[in-house]
Amino acid sequence: MIVDKRFLVPLLGFMLLVAVLALGFKLRDPHLLPSQMLNRSLPAFSLPRLGDPSKTWSEKDLYGKVSLLNVWATWCPSCVQEHPQLMRISREEDISVFGINYNDDTAKALAWLQRYGNPFQLNIADHDGQLAIDLGVYGAPETFLVDAKGVIRYRHVGVVDEHVWADIFAPMIAELNRQAGGS
Amino acid sequence: MIIELGHFALILALAMSCCLAVLPGFGVYLGRPALMRTGGSLAAGMFVFTLVSFVCLAQGFIGDDFSVAYVARNSNSALPVYYKISAVWGAHEGSFLLWCLVMSSWTLAVAMFSQQLTDDMRARVLTVLGSVSIGFYLFLIFTSNPFDRTLPFFPSEGADLNPLLQDFGLIVHPPLLYIGYVGLSVPFAFAIASLSSGQLDAAWARWSRPWTNVAWAFLTLGITLGSWWAYYELGWGGWWFWDAVENASFMPWLIATALVHSLAATEKRGVFRSWTVLLAIFAFSFSLLGAFLVRSGVLTSVHAFAVDPERGVFILWYLIIVIGGSLLLYGIRAGQMSVNVGFGWLSRESFILANNLILTVSAITVLLGTIYPLIYEWFSSGQKISVGPPYFNMVFVPLMLPLIALMALSSFSRWRRTATEVLFGKQPIRLLISGLVCLIFCLLTSTWNLWFQVVSLISIWLIVNLLADARYRQGGRGFAGFLKQTPSYYGMWLGHIGIAVSALGIVTTVVMSEELDLLMSPGDKTQIAGYDLRFEGVERVNGPNYSADRGIIAVSRQGRLIEMLYPEKRLYSASQSVMTEADISVSFWRDVYVALGEPIGNQAWSVRVHVKPLVRWIWLGGILIAIGGFTTILDKRYRRLKMARQLQSRAETSVQASLA
Repeated sequence: MIVDKRFLVPLLGFMLLVAVLALGFKLRDPHLLPSQMLNRSLPAFSLPRLGDPSKTWSEKDLYGKVSLLNVWATWCPSCVQEHPQLMRISREEDISVFGINYNDDTAKALAWLQRYGNPFQLNIADHDGQLAIDLGVYGAPETFLVDAKGVIRYRHVGVVDEHVWADIFAPMIAELNRQAGGS
Repeated sequence: MIIELGHFALILALAMSCCLAVLPGFGVYLGRPALMRTGGSLAAGMFVFTLVSFVCLAQGFIGDDFSVAYVARNSNSALPVYYKISAVWGAHEGSFLLWCLVMSSWTLAVAMFSQQLTDDMRARVLTVLGSVSIGFYLFLIFTSNPFDRTLPFFPSEGADLNPLLQDFGLIVHPPLLYIGYVGLSVPFAFAIASLSSGQLDAAWARWSRPWTNVAWAFLTLGITLGSWWAYYELGWGGWWFWDAVENASFMPWLIATALVHSLAATEKRGVFRSWTVLLAIFAFSFSLLGAFLVRSGVLTSVHAFAVDPERGVFILWYLIIVIGGSLLLYGIRAGQMSVNVGFGWLSRESFILANNLILTVSAITVLLGTIYPLIYEWFSSGQKISVGPPYFNMVFVPLMLPLIALMALSSFSRWRRTATEVLFGKQPIRLLISGLVCLIFCLLTSTWNLWFQVVSLISIWLIVNLLADARYRQGGRGFAGFLKQTPSYYGMWLGHIGIAVSALGIVTTVVMSEELDLLMSPGDKTQIAGYDLRFEGVERVNGPNYSADRGIIAVSRQGRLIEMLYPEKRLYSASQSVMTEADISVSFWRDVYVALGEPIGNQAWSVRVHVKPLVRWIWLGGILIAIGGFTTILDKRYRRLKMARQLQSRAETSVQASLA
């Protein structure tokens, strides 16, 4: 049988696509924090405060208490979905909630916070993604659990909903607080 | 017990799909008509067992059986019963069971309504559908079983359905969308059956056309509903976000739209044969790809289901086998299909070719935008980017404008060739009329935006051309000729009108919407786009499974009260999640959209108001397009016995030829 090779082009295109998806899939396995970041201190940074670019935040501002470091953006629909849970956590839980406003626009970000409410004690304006790259952020939302000494203990990709909070974060935070109290 | 029954029925459905994938095909191989004819009853069995399984899961929801993990995660005893039923497809596992139910329904429909096919062809088509189903059932049973129990310790109360999904939109959006997605498996099966039989004439196009049109119409409805749902439920007034999952439904729609047109050319004129087969494969491939994108967690999105790498790996292998296998078969066989049927430059064939090129390029553009973050990450050793609406708007709009312009011209095109005079003769006067209408519109609204002018001019020109075509059909005066047309023509006509209506709605909404974010205390007034709004205050109300702060806002115009709006901020008790429930004053010409933000200080609330002119037209257009798609299948020729017999004899000769 004579096979006209031109008709195999779609198959080649498809194989290329599969390669991209497979690699992307491997890269994006969201259950794994890149091992180089887990249990390491936060990377050093000095970035402007959201809405007040004359002042900056640094990693030291996040020390002192167990905290959630939430990567958010106004272009991220899931962040809207996650937002009520963050509001609740900042209101009801004994934990600091910090925000990294990622690849965003200051005016939009401020308007967004005004519309949906602001759960963040401080907000880092990471508008060209420097800190996000250091942290290995895949997208928004992502949430890091940071202990009182600024060591990253856990990283969650995607929305922190009530299940994620109850099943993962709450027990880890209890454990961190217990360790801190015991030592 | 009922849950175990459902689980068992699902396993039986899997067994049925395995038989369906093997027996009729084996009958074809052996040349035994009795074995070929088993397809019908196996398809019926597959459908019945899937339906039983689905009903059992629904019973688990209605009966609040929280020992079932899936029920416990997605329902609550306080949930109203209609949401308990729609919660069956509210998350990954159950929605995939719905997917399988839809798949088995299509398979049964093909088995029932394809009596005019030869035994051989019908057996091949059902074998392909059965094989495709096996993968779905395996995926459901082994990676996403909705019937898993959490015995012996189970929760006494369920975690509740995601409040975003407690809505009428969710009751109907996924089923319609899935009917569309999965329906694309039918033209796919016809294409593969034709490729495998080597019977590569235009007959398969005639068989698959009505199926494709119906699946495509459902997909159109599903996407339209999804957009409408996002608009009123997400609480921020947007209606399309170029979110990965929306793209996942939009790409198959673009390809299926190309397929609907190219099938017409293949059926009527025998042109583009191998290309049409490829489109049929692509259309279903894109809907499978959509399933992968949504369910694997490879991209994050507002719709994304729970992330599980195991599922992603399964679907990826499934894609490789199904799509890779079909494309390999295509690569081997398509070369035998090329025929030389000539057509002139200004023929309808040329217009369809241009339509196919633009739509395919659009689909690939959307695909690139959707997976670009993955590619970028790979080449830049881990740097991340996100591709947002700016990219899509920038590349997509320039592709759509020539498409609509071509659509306008194509109304007068004929097969083979069209006289230049027929096509362009009266265009100057039509353009002039469209320009005038557009100008009056701009003057009335005092809008001088270039985008608005260009898009509305082209859309109005399309409508003018369609009206002119209706008027002069068959040389008739008045609309007499129009009334004598076939359903196929009416379908085309409605569909194209729908495109113009949607385009007008989109450009007007985008350009002329006004929005206002403000702080309002009881008694405060504000003005937007000629409307006066008065904030009367906020009251507490209780729903079945939530409590809410309900704002009361009076909308009036020139002192006359138009409507009271009651936007809500709901707190769902089981999940402790807060939801914004916007309220909208709806009309044909504009929407006034009010959403409640956060309480700020003493009795003051942040309030967001939009006025969106012609926003309804976006969905009205979608509905017209879908009605157009449904209309085409009323065409008598799909039921004409003479033709069926003709097909049968032709098919039989080719079977004999292939056996010889």
